[in-house]
Amino acid sequence: MTDHILETKNLSKEFKGFTAVSAVNLQIQRGHIHALIGPNGAGKTTVFNLLTKFLIPTAGSIHFNGTDITSEKSADIAMRGIVRSFQISAVFPNLTPLENVRLALQRKLGISYHFWKSDSILNQLDERAMELLDAVGLAEFAGEVTAELAYGRKRALEIATTLALDPELMLLDEPTQGMGVEDVDKITALVKKVSANRTILMVEHNLKVVATLADRITVLQRGAILAEGAYAEVSQDPQVLEAYMGSAHE
Amino acid sequence: MNKYVWCALILLGLLAPFVVYPIFMMKLLCFALFASAFNLLLGYTGLLSFGHAAFFGGASYVTGYLVKNSGLTPELGVLGGTLFAALLGYIVGSLAIRRQGIYFAMVTLALAQIVYFVALKAPFTGGEDGLQGIPRGDLFGLINLGHVYHVGGSPLGLNLYYFVFVMFCLGFWVIHRTIHSPFGQVLKAIRENEPRAVSLGYKVDRFKLIAFVISASLAGMAGSLKSLVFQLASLTDVSWHTSGEVVLMTLLGGVGTVLGPLAGAFTVVTLQSELSSVGSWITVIIGSIFVICVLLFRRGFIGELGRLLKRSL
Repeated sequence: MTDHILETKNLSKEFKGFTAVSAVNLQIQRGHIHALIGPNGAGKTTVFNLLTKFLIPTAGSIHFNGTDITSEKSADIAMRGIVRSFQISAVFPNLTPLENVRLALQRKLGISYHFWKSDSILNQLDERAMELLDAVGLAEFAGEVTAELAYGRKRALEIATTLALDPELMLLDEPTQGMGVEDVDKITALVKKVSANRTILMVEHNLKVVATLADRITVLQRGAILAEGAYAEVSQDPQVLEAYMGSAHE
Repeated sequence: MNKYVWCALILLGLLAPFVVYPIFMMKLLCFALFASAFNLLLGYTGLLSFGHAAFFGGASYVTGYLVKNSGLTPELGVLGGTLFAALLGYIVGSLAIRRQGIYFAMVTLALAQIVYFVALKAPFTGGEDGLQGIPRGDLFGLINLGHVYHVGGSPLGLNLYYFVFVMFCLGFWVIHRTIHSPFGQVLKAIRENEPRAVSLGYKVDRFKLIAFVISASLAGMAGSLKSLVFQLASLTDVSWHTSGEVVLMTLLGGVGTVLGPLAGAFTVVTLQSELSSVGSWITVIIGSIFVICVLLFRRGFIGELGRLLKRSL
């Protein structure tokens, strides 16, 4: 039997009569890089928001490692080891990259409510934070103000911060969106690198990235699953070609 | 920040009553603490409360009542006022953090108006008159806070001043420590990008609520001290003007800076006292100054200074 880290059953979301996601049965195999693709408005980001409980599903259930997590809150989901990134870069702009990564590491120390302690106690995390920044090529920018970093570097920082939590399942929402060609290659390599020993579910528009990285692909259209399989299979599927790839491969 | 700067500021605080009229100086300290407490929320958590007068004024009534009617010593009165503000902060905070942005501000304003109404109508608050003639009492039952020394011919209420000064330093230290703690680090993360903080596994509501309670308690402490200084708890303290004034002070001085609220409070209180002779025109003058400041230096006095010096103050 295949080992599914994450499974959804009939996952649905309606917004006042409009069905954004309808009866999605998603199965993510442990260790895979799984890509979620589909045309604009297909409901990819909504699925992400449902999985991380930024939205509450109208119907259906979500199972992580066999446990039903449908009724849990966002922060609890994160503590279980499902950590997401966002479509627009999610960093803390007025803090330094070092502080950004430390914030992710800090949670495990269990002192985040200790308002009476000096923050010098966090210096013990610097070494690990620098390792992570180094892994994404940001070590030399550790002390700058994050807001002033180039866009590609912010995305890299976001990945470093997500990695700091050592998540079992990483959800990446369009990691290469809005990037130049060189940055896309860098991020692709980075995602490949960090996928060791963990599972990644990513929403991605860039089909080259998907073809390079994904073990398995789910195609969404109008909130429902249109096709699923390896890139070679999916890219030959006539329905998919018509709905999505056809326009993309013109 | 530099140790020498702190030492210089403390020295200034210790010597101030010999130069400046002590009551005026104590008023400055009370409002500076009030604004600093407010800044913990606005500047470091990104929450705009428009009802902080409820904590400031509410605590001043409680302290006044405890000292005047129950005959408690002043330090217990201040403690009681602060605890009351903490409890009130817990209630208001629990309700308000369910909403964000302008709605958060509106909830705090609405709840503060309820406190104002209670202060106006309740039998023990003195209604329109407020609580007058609150005794300063004996600190720990030993030191007479009302005692006046004569130094070089001028009367100085040094006992009360140093009590207020010590309490101010204590409150300010708590705020400073909170900002520079692991907890404060998470608050900044929430201010910067709340969804990201959630996705890192932080229960942001709990952090916001604790920050709200700390802020409310210290705003309460400032109000408690004020009621001892002026021997008066009045409706002005709980009115929305006071809530607005503390926003003004914080913005003028520099939101999200440690020293900004101090500078802002000093500026506004000094202007109010210097310009008191011009009557109701004072609001026009302060309003104009505020507009000019916002247009010319958006980050506030200290914020702009910090930018010039390239360090956070």
